Parts: sequence; C-alpha cells; structure tokens
Amino acid sequence: MMAVATVSRPRWLSVVGLLGVVAVAGTVWLGLWITPPDVTQGNLARLLYIHPPLATVALYWAGSVAAAGSLLYLWPRTRSLFWDRLAAAAVEVGAVFSALTLITGSLWGRPAWGAWWTWDARLTSTALLLLLELGYLALRRVPADVAVRARRCAVAALLVAVDVPIVHFSVDWWQTLHQTGTVLDPGFHLHVHGSMAWTLLLGFIAFSLIFVWLLGVRYRIEVLQDMVGDQELEVSLVERWSEGTELAGVGSAGRGRPGGETP
Amino acid sequence: MWHDALLVARKDLRIEARSRVALWQVVPFAVLVLVLLAFAVGPGVAPLRHAAPGIFWIAVLFSTVLTVQRSVAIESGEGTRDGLRLSGIDPGGIFLGKAAAVGLQLLVLQIVLWAGMTVLFDVRVHVVWLAIAATVAATVGLACAGVLYGALSAGLRVRETLLPILVLPVLAPVLLAGSKAWQAALSSHAGSGAQWLRILIPFAVIYLVVGTVFYGPLQEAA
Repeated sequence: MMAVATVSRPRWLSVVGLLGVVAVAGTVWLGLWITPPDVTQGNLARLLYIHPPLATVALYWAGSVAAAGSLLYLWPRTRSLFWDRLAAAAVEVGAVFSALTLITGSLWGRPAWGAWWTWDARLTSTALLLLLELGYLALRRVPADVAVRARRCAVAALLVAVDVPIVHFSVDWWQTLHQTGTVLDPGFHLHVHGSMAWTLLLGFIAFSLIFVWLLGVRYRIEVLQDMVGDQELEVSLVERWSEGTELAGVGSAGRGRPGGETP
Repeated sequence: MWHDALLVARKDLRIEARSRVALWQVVPFAVLVLVLLAFAVGPGVAPLRHAAPGIFWIAVLFSTVLTVQRSVAIESGEGTRDGLRLSGIDPGGIFLGKAAAVGLQLLVLQIVLWAGMTVLFDVRVHVVWLAIAATVAATVGLACAGVLYGALSAGLRVRETLLPILVLPVLAPVLLAGSKAWQAALSSHAGSGAQWLRILIPFAVIYLVVGTVFYGPLQEAA
C-alpha cells in the first residue's frame, strides 16, 4: 500500500498545550481554593475567572485571527493556503469558545439573574456570532476545489467578523442586563484587585495558550485533510491495481492446473 | 458601475416579469406565512395587532431567502455565470444590479403583505415616515446581505439548504430593528422607534459596501 505523507507535530505546539493545561489547572486551583468569596456574589463570582477569558478568546483572538487570515488570503500579494487554513482553524476554535462562553454565562445567569437566558443585546449578539460561525463551518464542509473553497470561506469569515464589534459595543449601544466592561473600564482602570486579579490574569493567559494550542492542532488537521484529499485517489488506484495483479496471479495459477480446480 | 447595475437589474426584473416566479410562488408563500403565523397567534384581534410587526418581518425574511435563491438560480444555467463574467461588466455593478432587483421585488411584496395585514389584522400605520424609512432601509439591507450570501452559495449543489443557514442569522438584526420600528409606527407616536433606524441604516450601508467590494472574488470562486 502506498504511504500517505504526514506533517510532523512541532515541539513548540506541544509545549504551548502543556503550559495551557497547567495554567488552566492553576486557574481552577486559585479560583476554587485560594481566592476569597466575593462580597456581593459569594462563591458565584468564581465562575467569572473563566467566563471573561473564554469570551475574550472567542471574540477577540479568534475573531482577529479569522479576519486577518481571510483578508490576507483575499489580498493577491499575500494569497496562500496558509492564511485560509489559519482562518478556518480560528473560526472552528472560536465556535467552541463562543459555545463555552454562552454556557458559562448561562450557568452564572441562572442564580444571578434568575434565568438561564435573557434576550439581552450582549447575549443575543454572542449567540448570533455562534450561529454565524456554524454557518461558516457548514460552508467549509461543502466539497469544492481548495482555491474556490478558500475564497468563499474568506468572504464568509469577514462577514462573521462584522458581528465582533457589535458584540463588543452592544453593552454601550443598548441598555443591557449584561454589565459593561468590568475588569477594565473604558479608561483602562482596573476594577479587580489582589488574588482575584492574579487569578483572572492567569485565566486570560491559560485560555489564550489553549487557543494557540487548539489553533495549531486544528491547522495541522486542515493540512492533513487537504493532503489526504490529494492522495486519496492515488492510493485507491494503487490498491485497485494491486488487487488486479493478485487476481491475475490467481487466474494464471488456476490456468496452470487442468480444470483450475484445487485439490 | 451604475450603468452596469442598471443593466443587470433590468435583466433580472425582465426575467421575473416573464417567468412570474415571484408573483406565483414568492408572494403566495409570504401571504401563507402571514396566515399561518396568524393561526398561531390569533384569533383575537388584540394579540394579532401586537404581534403584527414581528409576523410581517418574519414573512419578509423567509421571502427574502426565496427571492435570493431565485436570483442565484437565474445565473446557474449552463455557462451563464461565465457569460456574465466575460461580458466585462463590473462585479460591483452586478452586485448592485442584482441587489436592486431583489430589493424592488421585496418592496412590492411588502406592499402586498401590508395590504393583507390591514385586512386580516385590522392595523393602521400612524407614523408613516417611520414605516417608510424603516422599510426602505431594511429592504436595502436584506437585498444586499441576501445577494452577497447568495453569491457565497452559488454553484453549490447544497445551496438550497445552505443559504438559509448562512443568511438568516445575518438578517436577524433587521428582524429585530424592523419589528421595533414598525411597532412604533403602528402606535400613535414614534417615541423611541426612530432609534431603530440606527441599526437598519448602518446594516444596509455595511452590506452595500462589503457586497460591492467582495462580489468580484466570490464571482471568481463560483
């Protein structure tokens, strides 16, 4: 059987993944056991060590990588499948983080607001972002020539990115139940202090590292998928030919014996 | 570009005038949605009046998907897309022309729907300028976003199922802002209804600009 070419996993990616897992474990440890309960929210505030970092990754990191990758693909001078694959990986990882943002927000909202869900501008625009990302992924999975798919997806990703500033400014444009910037206000004044601030900072670092790791892993899968797509036909043909040769061998062996019957 | 847009719009509208797909399929479908949603909300006049703006925009949104699918289907014939590309017409002009044709069909559809709502739901527009401004801005947005996503799904065998998934979440802000603006227009005073134009107008402008710029690359990918 013909060997399928593969892409080695870079060492730095494994290191980033390991650091990310350790940092997440550190955030959980600090968030659950070291930091004190909040004065007003009590233990409920501990969920906020992961919710804003998840939202930051979903919105800003994934959004900017997807938009930048797509723009660079569409720009003729920088057109390369690297940018297309990077953008696709960012949207897929972004969709996971958007879903996690909505889930953690909903878990916090039930005891804090008394409802799992409310038609608030920030929540609605984030849900819309997830739906747009799922639409992009559906488009991505439609079989097409690699260059054609890349161009379609680049435009689709830019249209997804239109929602990112809407989610960001939704709390300022409309009177929402969701609070405005809590960690940093528009004047960049910090509103969280002490061990709580350090835990939150570690949360941001942890989920950013996890994002980079997942982005790298997903990018590698994109490359492998394209390689498999290219080699699939070739491998199938080689297998078919080898079957034909074997059959011919059996046939000629059968013809060698009178009647072709096995004893 | 504007001349090209006019040419494409006239071509699409002429095809529609001859085939009458919009007249015999899209308009009845929109009225059907109106009636079905009225079954779900009614039969009392008060809840129907309250829900009328939302019902109206839901019917318009679903009809937008059908109209855009039809607009894409016009170009899906053997070699039609290549012919359009080889004609040397500016891609931005094609986008604007197709959006104008879809928008005009949607405006006619909305007039029919409005007449239907007046008869079935017994509603009256009190703030006429707000209803007109919201309708025009929303229609431009629906047409531009619809045609852009139509181009994304053009040439795909799964475009009938893919287009609604892609375009309906994008059109959700129009549903929200259009319904709220119409709610205000149906009441005796505009109140805060005009502020919803601040969503509808930027939405229309963003998709108008994005569509004009990116229709070319999408056309090449189709």
